Formats: sequence, structure tokens, C-alpha cells
Amino acid sequence: MDCQKTITIIVLNEHGVLSRISGLFAGRGYNIEALNVAPMLDSKFSKITITTKGDNKVLEQILKQLNKLIPVLKVYESDFCGLEAILIKFDIKESLNELSAIFSGYGGRLLEVNEKFAVFMAYDTSSRINNLLQAIKSFSPRDITRSGILSIEAN
Amino acid sequence: MELNGSLMLMHALKNEGVKVVFGYPGGAALNIYDEIYKQDFFRHVLVRHEQAAVHAADGYARASGEVGVAIVTSGPGFTNAVTGIATAYMDSIPLVIISGQVPTTLIGTDAFQEIDAVGISRPCTKHNYLVKDIQSLPRILKEAFFIARSGRPGPVHIDLPKDISATIGEFDYPQTISLETYKPTYKGNARQIQKAATAIKESKRPLLYIGGGSISSNARDSILKLCEITKIPAIETLMARGVLGSDCENLLGMVGMHGSYVANMAMSEADLLIALGARFDDRVTGKLSEFAKGADIIHIDIDPSSISKIVQVDYPIVGDVSSVVCEIVELLKDNYNCEIHKTWRDSLKKYNALHPLSFKDSNEVLKPQWVIQKVGEIVSKNAFISTDVGQHQMWCAQFYPFSSPREFITSGGLGTMGFGLPAAMGAKCANPSKISINISGDGSILMNIQELLTCVVENIPVINIVLNNNYLGMVRQWQSFFYDERFSNTNLEIQPDFVKLVESFGGVGYVCEDKDSFEKALKDAISQNKVALLDVRIDRMENVLPMVPTGGALFNMILESKE
Ligand SMILES: Cc1ncc(C[n+]2csc(CCOP(=O)(O)OP(=O)(O)O)c2C)c(N)n1
Repeated sequence: MDCQKTITIIVLNEHGVLSRISGLFAGRGYNIEALNVAPMLDSKFSKITITTKGDNKVLEQILKQLNKLIPVLKVYESDFCGLEAILIKFDIKESLNELSAIFSGYGGRLLEVNEKFAVFMAYDTSSRINNLLQAIKSFSPRDITRSGILSIEAN
Repeated sequence: MELNGSLMLMHALKNEGVKVVFGYPGGAALNIYDEIYKQDFFRHVLVRHEQAAVHAADGYARASGEVGVAIVTSGPGFTNAVTGIATAYMDSIPLVIISGQVPTTLIGTDAFQEIDAVGISRPCTKHNYLVKDIQSLPRILKEAFFIARSGRPGPVHIDLPKDISATIGEFDYPQTISLETYKPTYKGNARQIQKAATAIKESKRPLLYIGGGSISSNARDSILKLCEITKIPAIETLMARGVLGSDCENLLGMVGMHGSYVANMAMSEADLLIALGARFDDRVTGKLSEFAKGADIIHIDIDPSSISKIVQVDYPIVGDVSSVVCEIVELLKDNYNCEIHKTWRDSLKKYNALHPLSFKDSNEVLKPQWVIQKVGEIVSKNAFISTDVGQHQMWCAQFYPFSSPREFITSGGLGTMGFGLPAAMGAKCANPSKISINISGDGSILMNIQELLTCVVENIPVINIVLNNNYLGMVRQWQSFFYDERFSNTNLEIQPDFVKLVESFGGVGYVCEDKDSFEKALKDAISQNKVALLDVRIDRMENVLPMVPTGGALFNMILESKE
């Protein structure tokens, strides 16, 4: 049975390393739902967080194949504490007060507004971000950008 | 010491003990070639196509167990090399491939002969590098050799821009390498090994399933020891032919699509599979849901990602085959009871008697299997046998009397036509005192025929035995079994005059239409010690049998052709 998993990969921060990782996914037909990369504090490593889907066998292969890449230091299926950021654009005519109230429940706020549009942001777990999306549906969002999961080991 | 990039490369090759390099120059590799001109510690073999440079380096590596090296230029030079690189990657052969690249200032501008070489080689190398500055070159060179030969071996590609091959920098070649992110496991887990040994002791129908990893880990002696004390029957994959040697009593032959009846039945009926550096390729397993249904599986492999990739394994052991088998031998040697599987061995004998590997010989027309057995008789244990891909390859794997690992050189994973001649050339360079024979088909030989010239010019006497059936035989076989004999585009009625062809390159040619002429020709070619091609006219319609149809269960073999 397919299920969603989030994998954290610590890699040497060197030329071409991201394409090695994404190429491995593409070449073997694994899918990437979301991907996040940034250098780690004070080190020559970067942390990549990938959300993917597949049955247990596929996930085990993904972990093993990633481990096999030379610049990969560590791969783990994270028991993670994760957050996602989201940006949502609305027509200025929507009820901004109501929206502000909803977003504040998800660690969010009004980010920017101009004569045509208002952009809200929120910061929360992926499942709560999904709830937020349900909640604002009736306000006809014009555009949405999700960040993918930012994660850190919980234990 | 201050050196330019090209000289750094020369020094690295020297340091790594490289004796032969196969290559082809071009604009982006000119600086490198200029330094090659000035040095004399390795031999440079100028091939006539870059694909052949890589196959030759590959043949060299398979024959010697050392890292093979090829140098090519940028753009088309590199893209021509890709098939060779992929071939080595699929069979886990240690290579270092250097390609020239346009100067760093031109990278990304679609410059003349620019191609994203590291982008192309990424999926078919163990690792690759684009050298971006001279300071990193010594480290990259050292790492490349280290990565190529350690762990599960494989090809490593270095893309070297032209300006860097001319830039001068400090050369301090690292003596050792320790990569924080790459630490292959050689020693197997002691508890797992203990458990595996117990399973082996208790099994009533055990089977050794020997794969190509046994050759890269030089595991022959330890596996022979295991065979000797346990008497456990053994099967070899295509890539493992020669590990046990054809006179080993335990050996049941090759397993898989064209494996022997007894080997395939043993695989299907065993209660314990002991997989040694084998990767459960689909040409070996047949239909997965029917594969080794009643067996527990011990899988010993240096590559963790190959364990439980295809079938679920009960006793996974990550480690070097040779070292793990040695430990198992230690655990079994004093108290192993071979009697426990005597019934199993007897029943396998019956299977073998029921359908032995055989063919209908004839005096009217040459049978390829006879030819291959004859080659074995004439060169007995003193030759490298490389092949191309097709029926001839399978007949060779079935009927050649192999005596040692590294004797049989063939493209198993990628199945690359055109591999045989350059690989035979590489093997001959690795050990000139042995005879080097390429057994090919009339289709395959034309894919790298230009290398006959390399062999002549460089005095590398390779003997090519072309089993000529005027067909792309293996494809024709599939068409006859599964496509109602619609021989679409497999008929090669019109072929060149192979004798004239090899003569035009400066070699010697023979046409062989019967047993006598074949025997004479081969002996003559060997004694002349020249580049030779034997155009051997074989039975056009001969098939490779047994055959497990793709997707079928291993125990359902086609045993005879329709008359
Ligand atoms: C480069 C390449 N192209 C195509 C194939 C597919 N293929 C596999 S076997 C074969 C026929 C080989 O014919 P030949 O070399 O005459 O050998 P035979 O089977 O007759 O012994 C072909 C076309 C391949 N393996 N490699």
C-alpha cells in the first residue's frame, strides 16, 4: 500500500549534489511530492527534506539507493517535527478581516496588500495547512504557494 | 611540486600503477595528449572509436582485477564513450574515465563540442566529477581510483576542462583517502553470519547461487573450500561463469533464462538459497512469484541496496563475499554433516540425467556448440574468452569448459553488442601470455569491427571467431518462438566478405565450413600469433536451449525446438 513518507538526507554541500538526488528519483521512477534544501549551520553539509509516496518496499529502496550515493552522509526516514509555509493570494474584495482571523489560527498573518490583491501567509504542520486550505476555500484564493516540509529530527 | 593539470593526471596514473591507457584524442584533450607524448611509463593504445576505448579498459579490468583507464575528448568523444561506461556500470567493473571538456569560461555557452558530460554520465557511473579548479584535481584523481575499486566497484568519470589541464597548481598527491560519506562495509555482521551458518547446517536442500560479485571479491578459494566441506550443490550466473570451474563436482551449471535444466530445477526446489554476490536479475529469477518458493534466502553482498531489492531475504549479510564465506567456513568446518542433504543431491543427479545440457551434433553442418567445445579443447585453460551478445554468447556460457574466474569476459547487465572485440583487446593487454579469443556473431562483430585495425597497429593479436548464421540469431530465435516466425529485420543474408575485411586491416582471415577446416584454422591462427578472424558458417537455424520464456517460471523450460 502506498503511503507518504518524509525523508531527510544530509549531503556534502558540493557541485551537482541536488541533481544527483533528484536524478535518482527521476531515473528510478520514484516520485517527489515536495523537496526542500538548505545548507546546515556551520558545516559543509546541506539538509534535504523530501516527501515521497510509495509502498514500504519502494521506500526501503529509496533509502538504500540514496545511501549509496557518494556525497550522502546520512539518510533517515524522519520521525520528524515538521512545518510548512504557505502563501495565498486573494482578491482585495474578499473579507480581509475574516481571513486575518482564520490565518491567525495557523500561525499566520496578512503579509502584503496592494490595490488589487492581498497576500496571506501561514506556518503550520502539513495536515493543519490542509485544514487551512479547506477553511479558506469559499474565499476563492487566486494563487497558492506551498513550501514543502521543513523538518528537524524530533528525538 | 608545481605541475599543470595534465601532468598531475600523468603522475596520478603512475601512482595508481596504471600500465595501459586506452584513448582517442581531440581538441579538449590536447593538453593531456601532449603530456602523454612525453611520458613513457604507461602504454597508450589508440583505438578507432571511443566506445572501444572504454570496452577495452573494461576488458583489461575484468581480466586483471585492476582499474581500467580510458581517455576521450569532449562532446562526441565523450558521448561515444557512454555505452562503454554504462556497460561497465551494469557489471560493476572498476574504471576511471577521463574526458576533456571545453574551458571553464565556455561551459554553459553551447561552445563547440560542449556537452553536459557529468549530467549524461551521472546515471551510469558510480560517481563523477567536473573539475572546477586546479587545487581540487589531485584529490579528485585519488578519490576516483579509490571509489572505482572499493566497495562494489564501478566506473568513475572525471570531466576535465581544457584550461584546467593547462593550469599550474600545487601537486601533493594524497597517500590515503578517507571519505566521511563513503565507507563500504567489508566485514559481515557476526550474529548474522552465525545465524546463516546454522541455517546452512539445518537445511536439507541447500543451494549455492554464485554471482558476479564473487569474481570482484576474488572469492573463488573460499567458495571452493565451502563446496569441499559441505558438498552443497552450486549454480553460477552468467557473470559468475568460471568461479568454480567446470570440473568442480558441486557445479550444476548456469542458471536462468538459458540455464541448464538441473540448475533451474535446483533453484526452484531448494529450501535454502545461499546467494553470493548475485543480484537476482530477472534473467535469472524468471517469474518472481514462482521463484524459489520454498526457500529461505541468505544473501551476502557488499552493496546493501541490492539486498531485498527483488526478493525478500531472510538472512541479509552486507559484506565482502570472500571474507564472509571464510567466516562461514570457519563455523562449519569441524561439524558439518553432508549426509543431511544426500537425498537432495541424488535427486539433482536424476534431473541432470533426464535433461543434460546437450545438442545434436552433425557432420553435414557446423554446430556452434561443437565449435565452442572445440575451442575449449584447443586452448585449454590458457585463454581469455570474450563474447558479444546473442546466441553465441549463451552457447559460450553453456558449453565452454571454464576453469577459472576472469577467464570469461562478457557484457551481462547491459548486453552490449560490440563489446567482444575491444574487450578481448583489453584482456590481451592485461596478460599478453594468454591467448585472447572473441567469440562473436555476424551481427555483433560489425559494431566495432574498426578495432581490428587497432589490434593490427598495436600488435595485439586477438582471434575473432565469428559464428556466422546470417541472422541476428538471438532475435530471430525470439521471433520464431513468440512471433510466428515473422523474421522482421533479422535476416543478414548479405554480409561483407569477412576474410577480405580482416585482410584489408592487415590481419588473417579464414572461412570454416566444416569441423576439419575449423580446427586447422584455429590452430593456424594461434600459431601465427596474428590478428585473425574466422568466419565460421554454422547451422543457420540452431536455437539456444533450454529457454525460459520471459515472465515464465524458472521450472517451465522450453527444452526442444519445434521440428
Ligand atoms: C547494441 C545492441 N543493439 C541491439 C541489441 C539487441 N540484440 C540482442 S542479441 C541480438 C542479435 C545478435 O546477433 P549476432 O551478433 O549475429 O549473434 P547471434 O545471436 O546470431 O549469435 C540483438 C540485435 C543489443 N543487445 N545490443
